[in-house]
Order: sequence, then structure tokens, then C-alpha cells
Amino acid sequence: MTVTRAEYCVVACAEVWRGAGEVLASPMGTVPALGARLAKRTFSPELLLTDGEALLVGDAPEAGNGAPVTEGWLPYRRHLALVATGRRHVMMGASQIDRYGNQNISCVGDWARPSRQLLGVRGAPVNTLNHPTSYWVPRHSPRTFVERVDMVCGVGYDRAAAAGPSATRFHDVREVVSDLGVFDFDTPDRTMRVRSLHPGVRLADVREATGFALRVPDGGVPVTRAPDAAELRLIREVLDPGGLRDREVPPCGP
Amino acid sequence: MDKVMTADDVVARLASGMTVGIGGWGSRRKPMALVRALLRSPLTDLTVVSCGGPDVGLLAAAGKIRRLVVPFVTLDSIPLEPHFRAARERGAFALTELDEAMFMWGLTAAGQRLPFLPVRAGPGSDVLRVNPHIRTVTSPYADGEELAAVPALRLDAALVHLNRADARGNGQYLGPDPYFDDLFCEAADAAYVSCERIVDGAELNRAGGPQTLLVSRMFVSGVVEAPRGAHFTSCAPDYGRDEAFQRAYVRAAADPDAWAGFVKRFLSGDEDDYQAAVAAFTEETAGERS
Repeated sequence: MTVTRAEYCVVACAEVWRGAGEVLASPMGTVPALGARLAKRTFSPELLLTDGEALLVGDAPEAGNGAPVTEGWLPYRRHLALVATGRRHVMMGASQIDRYGNQNISCVGDWARPSRQLLGVRGAPVNTLNHPTSYWVPRHSPRTFVERVDMVCGVGYDRAAAAGPSATRFHDVREVVSDLGVFDFDTPDRTMRVRSLHPGVRLADVREATGFALRVPDGGVPVTRAPDAAELRLIREVLDPGGLRDREVPPCGP
Repeated sequence: MDKVMTADDVVARLASGMTVGIGGWGSRRKPMALVRALLRSPLTDLTVVSCGGPDVGLLAAAGKIRRLVVPFVTLDSIPLEPHFRAARERGAFALTELDEAMFMWGLTAAGQRLPFLPVRAGPGSDVLRVNPHIRTVTSPYADGEELAAVPALRLDAALVHLNRADARGNGQYLGPDPYFDDLFCEAADAAYVSCERIVDGAELNRAGGPQTLLVSRMFVSGVVEAPRGAHFTSCAPDYGRDEAFQRAYVRAAADPDAWAGFVKRFLSGDEDDYQAAVAAFTEETAGERS
């Protein structure tokens, strides 16, 4: 059976937590949540996961369902304190993100009188200064991948460097996964680079959907890896039999 | 030491212009009966400190807020709070937008009577740009680190909702998360606890272990018995969020006429009227939910 775009995205999100060790995986969004559970069930069994509220769950539950085993207590205040210990890798959303990985979830337009108020900064400033951070963007567009974000919530590489050694000490923005591909900051000037494209996506498509010039690796862009048979079975039969992933990333033509 | 009072008694002890902290988180265990009492009062020009949910939305819609101090405002199952959004987009109040950790340590500093606490959050982000009053502090030790000096979030009053309390003001939470309710109470000159039921000490002990006794009476000025007092937010394990009602709230907020109708139906009377109107709403919508 054909692997869907959403399933490529789940695997790309899971890869973010490969080799992370015994840290809390904090996914925001359906596809990242499936990715974290897939990683825990396969190549990163040491990961810790929450139930989305105050409990650490001992095994990877199906999407939308609770788990029978609780392995710890992580209410909001302890979750925030955990951030400063560094033992966490968060995958946040981004209403806007720029070439240095600065992220905005607060508001669009002038902060003093926004044209569109969003959530607020939440914990993005503390997350990005204390432990690895990745981002998930279900709909890659020039409105999201912008030249400059309107309100820096998650701190990117240029802003961390300008803020000094206490800001860069644990700063580590890893990857951006979108419905078109995977992006990282492994460039000399720490600007966003194409790491891989999902099958069926052309470089021109991504460039058109991005509001700044993306770096492209010499020697061509790889294709995002496909889930193997065991991973595909886990996604389809165990983690997301209801197909919630397709609501976040609708199936697309070849 | 009997501190039992009504929600209106609590509001009578507050004044316009005060800084009021509101416990709970998003659309979870908000002291909504106390918020509804605030809505019925003439109080205005409030500085509201909250991990914001519909408490912020309702107070913003009623024009009660002069300044809002929040790291976010959300309804959880519905990400964006419609009244908060609309109020921000029309510039209805001043905003102090803080990172979540800055918010937590600011409340903690207030309870600990410290002027500030150092936090590795803020530098590099626009939180420092939009809050020019927040300074940084350099470590006096060999590391020389420069961190945000998050100022204490001292409150005139705190409003929280818990599952149980005794008449003296010992408050108990029975759900999985204390949120910041005890921090709010300790950061305030006067704290008011509403609860699902006022019980005696022996019943508090039967209901849960000693660690569920979250708020100590030494920080509490008043206790209000308010069954379903967190509605429509969740109050686990007593009840979950009323999702159907929350959806109706959001639908009504999208249109001025619909909102006027919502206010007339649910918010024009006292707390008993509110709970009766909610019961009627639940009855009406039972068909569409099943």
C-alpha cells in the first residue's frame, strides 16, 4: 500500500528523537505526537512521554487514548522546572518561522495592536534557551516561513548569539519538519537548509512556499526515508487506526 | 476561624484597580463562580494575572481589565480564546506578556518576598522587547552568567477553585495537577478559595493523602462553597470540561448579537440562575450530543 504524506511526516518527526536517550519527548500536534510514540516503540525506547497533562505514561498509547501505566508525575510546574534541567526535547508548532529558526506563536502584526492575536509566547523563550527544540509545520507556506517573524517567541540562532553566552549555552534548535520536507541549521551561518524532501515534492515547490532563500546541500537533496513495514503497521494499526494524521496532513496526489 | 462567605462577599472585599491573580490553567479548574461574581460587580480597571482561559475572556468581554499579565490564553480543546483575541485586536487593554517559566518564578518570588528570581528565559526573545521594565542580572559568581531578573508578581488578591476545603481555608485538590493555585495564594495579600464542597478536616483526610492539601489556611482569607463553580472549565475528578457549552460560548463570541443573547441567558442573573440555565442548556443539547 502506498505510504501517505502524513506517514512520511510521522517518520520524519520520530527521527527527531533518535538517540535522544532518557529525556522527555514533548510533541505539540497530532503528527509529532505520533512520531514521538513511534520513536519510543521502535528505535528510542528510553524516551519518556506524558499523557498531555500531568502524568508520565509508561508505554506508548494509541492516539487519543489514555495509558494504563503511569511511570511518573509531571504536573505543569514540574514540567516547567524540568525544562531548565535540559532533559527534554520539544517539538513545537510555529505560526511563523524565519531562516535562523526564530519562531512566533504569539501574534501576527504589530505586537502593540496585532492584526491577529494567537496563543501568546507560552514557554517558547524558556524552551529554546534550555534544551533541544524542533518545529512542526503542517502546512508549509510563505505566510509561515517568513523573512522576519513578528514576535520572537522561540529564539533562533542569530538572536541567541546576539543575546550572549547565557543564551547560547544550551541553545539547540535542531530540525523543522513540514508537510514538504525536513530542514535543519547545519550551515556555517546557521541559516535553514533543506535536509530532505518528502517523495513527490520538488525543490521548486519548497522554494515557492518559503519566504526566504533556503540553503541546499551540495550534491543534491535526499528524499525523506519511508517507514519500514513494521513502522507502517504500528502507525496504521496501533498508534492511529482512526487516521487522525490525515486530518493534519491530507493525502495528496503523486 | 470560620472563613465561609459567599462569592459576592469576596467581590465586596476587592476594589477597582486591584491586581488579581486567578488560579487554574487555560480551561481547567478556573474559579468561574468567583469570576461570574466579578462580572456582576461594578469593579473595573483590574490587573489580571492568569494562565489564561475563559476567565480572561469573560473579564475582557465585560471591559473589566486594564492590564493583563499572562504567558498565554487558551481554551485547550479550542486553542484560541475568542474574547481575548478580539480584545487584543481592538487594543482593549495593556498586556504584560511573559514566558511561562518567567510567570512561574515571578509568582514564586512574590510568595517568597523576593524582588526577583533569575531565570534562563527571555534573553534573545521579544519578551524583553515588549517588557522593557524587565532587567537582566549578572551572576556574582565566577560563571558571570547574565539571566533575566524576573520581577515578583505580587497580587492584591488571589482567586482559586479547589475540589474540597474546610471552613478554615485548608484547600484540597483531588485531580492530577495543582497548577499554580498555592503559589497564587502565597503571592497575594488576600486569597479566596472557592470549592466544590466545604467539608470537615476528617473528610479532607479521607478524600486523599496529605499532599492533596495544597493550600494552607494561613494564606486564605475566605472560603466559598460553589458546586460546579469551575463550570464550564474542568474540575477533575468531580467533572470534566463542558465541551458542548464551551463550543456554544465560542460560537456566541463570534457575533455581537449572539453574545448579547448568551449574556442575557447565562450571565444576567446570580450563580443559581447560571447553573439553572446551564442545566436547561444541557437538557436541550442532550439529543445533539448522543
